[in-house]
Amino acid sequence: MYAHSSESLIKQAREIQESELQKFQSRLGKLLHGRELGHEAVDSLQRLHLILSATKYTRTLPPELHKRVKALLSSPAEQFQVLGSAVLRETLPPAGQEVNYNQENFLPLNSHAAALLLSQAGSRADLSSLCAQLLRSLESRQPEGPANSLMHTLPILNAVLTHSPECLTEDHVTLLSKRLVDWLRYASITQGGGAPSGGFFTGPRSRQPIPTAELDGTVSGDFFTVLCVGQGFTEDQWMNVYSFSMLRHWLLTYHSVSNGNNAADTANRLQLSLSLSHSFSNDDRSEVDGSVVSMVSATSSSSRLLPPKERLREKAFQYCQRLIEQSDRKAHKKADTDLQKACLVEAVCILDCVCGEDASLVYRTFPCIKALFGRLSSDLSFARVLLPIAQFYLNHGEMAAVDCECVWKLVFGRFPAELFNNQFLAHELLRFLRLNLESLQLRVPQYSHSFPNLLKFLAWDSPAVVDDFVDLLPSLVTAGTAVELLHTLLDLPCLSATLVLQVRSTCLPISEPGGRGLLSLDAFRSQSLRGLFLFLLRGEAGSGDTIDRLSTLHELLAETADWPRVVQCAQTVPVLLHIFFNTVVAVADEKLLAHLVQVMLERSSLLLNVPKYKNEIYRVFSCHLLRLCKLHPSLVVDESHELLEFAGATAKVYSKEEIYTHVVWVLGEYLSVSCDSRCSVSLITSCFETLEAVLFEITSSAPPPGADCPVPRVVTSLMSALAKLASRSHDLIPRVSLFLSKLRTVTRGGSVAWCSDEEDLVAIVTRGEELWSLLKAPGVAQSVLTPPPLVTTPQWHRDTNVAMPLRLRALTNLTHAQ
Amino acid sequence: MVRCFLIHTVCPVGALGSGESRVLYSRVFGPDEGVWTDQDRELSPQERRLLQKEKTTAVARQVRSAVSLSREASGRMLVETVPGEEALALQEADGGVVRLRAGDPFSEEMSALWLGVQSLGFTLVCEPHENLLLAEGTLRNLTRHCLETLHMLGQGSEVLLRSNRVDALLSRLLPHGQLLFLNHRFAQSLEKEVASYLAK
Repeated sequence: MYAHSSESLIKQAREIQESELQKFQSRLGKLLHGRELGHEAVDSLQRLHLILSATKYTRTLPPELHKRVKALLSSPAEQFQVLGSAVLRETLPPAGQEVNYNQENFLPLNSHAAALLLSQAGSRADLSSLCAQLLRSLESRQPEGPANSLMHTLPILNAVLTHSPECLTEDHVTLLSKRLVDWLRYASITQGGGAPSGGFFTGPRSRQPIPTAELDGTVSGDFFTVLCVGQGFTEDQWMNVYSFSMLRHWLLTYHSVSNGNNAADTANRLQLSLSLSHSFSNDDRSEVDGSVVSMVSATSSSSRLLPPKERLREKAFQYCQRLIEQSDRKAHKKADTDLQKACLVEAVCILDCVCGEDASLVYRTFPCIKALFGRLSSDLSFARVLLPIAQFYLNHGEMAAVDCECVWKLVFGRFPAELFNNQFLAHELLRFLRLNLESLQLRVPQYSHSFPNLLKFLAWDSPAVVDDFVDLLPSLVTAGTAVELLHTLLDLPCLSATLVLQVRSTCLPISEPGGRGLLSLDAFRSQSLRGLFLFLLRGEAGSGDTIDRLSTLHELLAETADWPRVVQCAQTVPVLLHIFFNTVVAVADEKLLAHLVQVMLERSSLLLNVPKYKNEIYRVFSCHLLRLCKLHPSLVVDESHELLEFAGATAKVYSKEEIYTHVVWVLGEYLSVSCDSRCSVSLITSCFETLEAVLFEITSSAPPPGADCPVPRVVTSLMSALAKLASRSHDLIPRVSLFLSKLRTVTRGGSVAWCSDEEDLVAIVTRGEELWSLLKAPGVAQSVLTPPPLVTTPQWHRDTNVAMPLRLRALTNLTHAQ
Repeated sequence: MVRCFLIHTVCPVGALGSGESRVLYSRVFGPDEGVWTDQDRELSPQERRLLQKEKTTAVARQVRSAVSLSREASGRMLVETVPGEEALALQEADGGVVRLRAGDPFSEEMSALWLGVQSLGFTLVCEPHENLLLAEGTLRNLTRHCLETLHMLGQGSEVLLRSNRVDALLSRLLPHGQLLFLNHRFAQSLEKEVASYLAK
């Protein structure tokens, strides 16, 4: 599909020689000089475009050529307008030929010329001038003028509004509001366009106006909308489409709630609309055809008396209600069914916006939204429509005192559980959560317990949504669910595998004839093991932190460890764990933190065996174990039993050296009376003995078969920890000194079975010698190895001893001449 | 509003590093972002254009990586289709959406919808408040037209030499980046206009 020829074309375009380019440009200039421009001109222009766009550095055209190309913008043939605009957009005007946006003569402005002006606008002032020009042409247009010249006005204005709403003045806004009302509400309801081709009747007799139709074929009974069809369309019907397409953006820009709406305004508006709603008179310009009148028009208030902005709001409201009604019809074509869904989304969003601006509309809107929800909530294919409805409930539900329980059950329950593999829904749902985080945490009590369901999105398609979870995860970390959340995060690769199995289980037949039956799939389907998987697939937190038979589950899923989805998921877990730990320190008390340390130690041997996964997790654990203990040193005493159990298992030296090292370090550093008064001599002694035993074991013989030699850092950490503990309980010093001197003797004899590298051995022995000589003076050892907090937390000017020199130095600096 | 529409490679390209994407067609709508972001105010027009090009390349790169990760995860084999099988190619296409964080590369957060048809990706970068259902439908429609009018399933390089056709298509179906609510009749009418343009 992508050919080598394309690559070489681009290369040629980039590397064209200056002389060749000049020749080409002068040839093109001559071509454009001629009267009739044909295929050669088209091809040459296209090549010029390629040459200009193939490089990111700007090339300018010779002034003469630039002028010629610019003249193409007003060519009668559209192809040259397109090419002229495309070429000029890829270059910059030579000096002296810049466009003056303040000039009056942009007209007639076709769409392609306007695109050029838009892309090369250099400032807000330019854009303001452009907008003013467009609006002037809108106003002064002859009714029988060329149809196309109007249609691109609204898209261009919309493009400008995106960043620079102030480019339109108050007057402009009022003017456009009025025109939008006309196009949205009063477009003609008869079919337009030219004479139908090939019809049976071709005489003037047959030119009776035919009304437009709905998508299911019935005759339209109310005003024209984007969901009405006809053989051809009139200009104002086209403008109806363009107006609706930009309506939401317009309302968001000019009708936002912060636009100085105060209570008095709202009260006035409420009174006005209530008094008007009793009159059923239709406005003079609307045409009601026949007796089929939709409910919307009949109950609309006569809004002639409202100012333009409010009138537009009212008409937008009516338009959306009509769309919702029309979307219930059964369209004949699939494209129209899709459009109906898109219209529903748009209509609900616009209603949300106008209700935000005028609270009195909430009471009129809610019945309709509620009915829509009732209609769609059981059909998962409308899930993406239900999200804007959920937003509406979130914004206005409290005011209307409506129960939103059923909505949240869908959003936090069914959607993640059943539609986790719908990428677009995942994106939109997670975005909804991100934007409304504060309200959701307030109004939806089950939010913090919904993480097992929400994480299914991540487990299925990690690369696409990990960014969203980086933003959302902190809100899901609460003291009540922290432990369960930690377990769930560690088992995300398992969840990933389970979801794949779930999907496969529904797609594949029960038994594959002669196929390689997946052990994991069989397990998933078996009754006895189902419970394990069901725990992972649970929808809510609270039924238990984790399961007992986790190791069984890991074994069953062992073959899934190289599935791409599982691997991708496993790569995101470390990042999330970092966020988890960073957040949890703020919400957890010491008891919870102690529990988390315990979980870390337990789970270090209970992880799914995905390549590199375990090592990454160990690294995260090590980092945060350190941080937690530094913040709360008394954690070490609290968890001393578990930590010692971990440190006493010699096997861990060989399989989990990273985390083992950190556990040993933490024990050595924080098991002291100065960190926690509960630390007794017997505790220090028992810790000493545990570590001593391990150190003896690993330095007295070769490593067990299959294992590498212990990493030197483990050995030195053990030695340092022992020295630290001994410095706090001086009876232990002789034991350490004895070991260290024995070590020196043994290693003097040459190589040892437990250390293969000579440099490493030298480093270990050197450390041993340093510690040995330090311990010869116990008092010194104590202050070096167990420094008082005064030393480790400097007080600077607050410390009377340190303050004096600092003060003197500051004064001296001040008194010295600069 | 749609910020830009891109056609770019999602397969490895020899001349580029792995993970890089070659942009074959790019159309940015609306005024340049640099006109109102304070940090870009001191840039000259040349620098602004350079910045814009780099932004589109950055988007193409991100989409490329999303496409390859998605394809790797789903494990589906890519079906080779030939000219004439555009409808099938579209049906087999995988799609998704990438969240572009604020600053990476646009100054505000954006959503990049993509469709991967074999070795090419079609991307629509939308503002966050945009109606993504409508955008998805529009993207599919645009892709179908591009595949057909530019014979993209073949070996040719018409996308480079016939970019004016894509421009004309966009000026009807996505004028100045505006997504349109078109029922089948309106769409037919616009497609007829495009067809008559292409016939010339």
